Amino acid sequence: MHLEYFQMVDRITSVDLAAGQLSAQSTVPEKSPVFEGHFPGMPLVPGVLLIETMAQASGFLIMAANRFTAMPFLVGVKQGKLRTFVEPQTALDIVADLDHEGSGYAVSHASIKSDGKKICDCQLTFKTMPFPDDKFAAMIVGRGRELGMPGDFLPGS
Amino acid sequence: MSTFDKVADIISETSEIPREEITTESHTIDDLGIDSLDFLDIVFAIDKEFGIKIPMEAWTEEVNNGTASTEDYFVMKNLCTRIDELAAAKA
Repeated sequence: MHLEYFQMVDRITSVDLAAGQLSAQSTVPEKSPVFEGHFPGMPLVPGVLLIETMAQASGFLIMAANRFTAMPFLVGVKQGKLRTFVEPQTALDIVADLDHEGSGYAVSHASIKSDGKKICDCQLTFKTMPFPDDKFAAMIVGRGRELGMPGDFLPGS
Repeated sequence: MSTFDKVADIISETSEIPREEITTESHTIDDLGIDSLDFLDIVFAIDKEFGIKIPMEAWTEEVNNGTASTEDYFVMKNLCTRIDELAAAKA
């Protein structure tokens, strides 16, 4: 997890398209420039970055479902609940569930737990659009591969 | 409840447009002023309600390339006809 680079997911641990679910894990770093401001002397992961973490897990789930033919962009957050503080070195278990894959959009709900305790959850809406160019698409596919996206869901499989 | 009533209720609940302002002749964009984000929520609610997948990408492409007008898809009575056709095709 590199908060300042918006790399929120460390690894994808499972993808089950029949169930419409992706699981992932991350560990909050001990140090980050983000903690210098949020907050001095009381480092906490900003809630917006927890939303972003759930959005990225959902995004990889949506791209697995469409075989990386289109990229989801977050356009809506509903019923977001940030239930507890998240401190450095916290291990996060992230689960994203695909509620609906529409034409040009998708809806998910996602949650994050740590030690079995729910930290946050929300419903997310994404607009899905073609990748702006092949280079960008290859970068996103490569990122998915690095995180452990099963090859079945990557292009060319 | 008719398709029109269901869709009008969805629009009213999603976009806070007074239900009585929505008629069969209303253009969802030009008359009701529904923006693209609210429209996504409305399409999601319609997809769920009717068990269909409104082909928004295909409709948008047809409008953009001039083979259809926005009225064909986004005037309420026409939208409801399309929804009925999609639901019938799925049944």
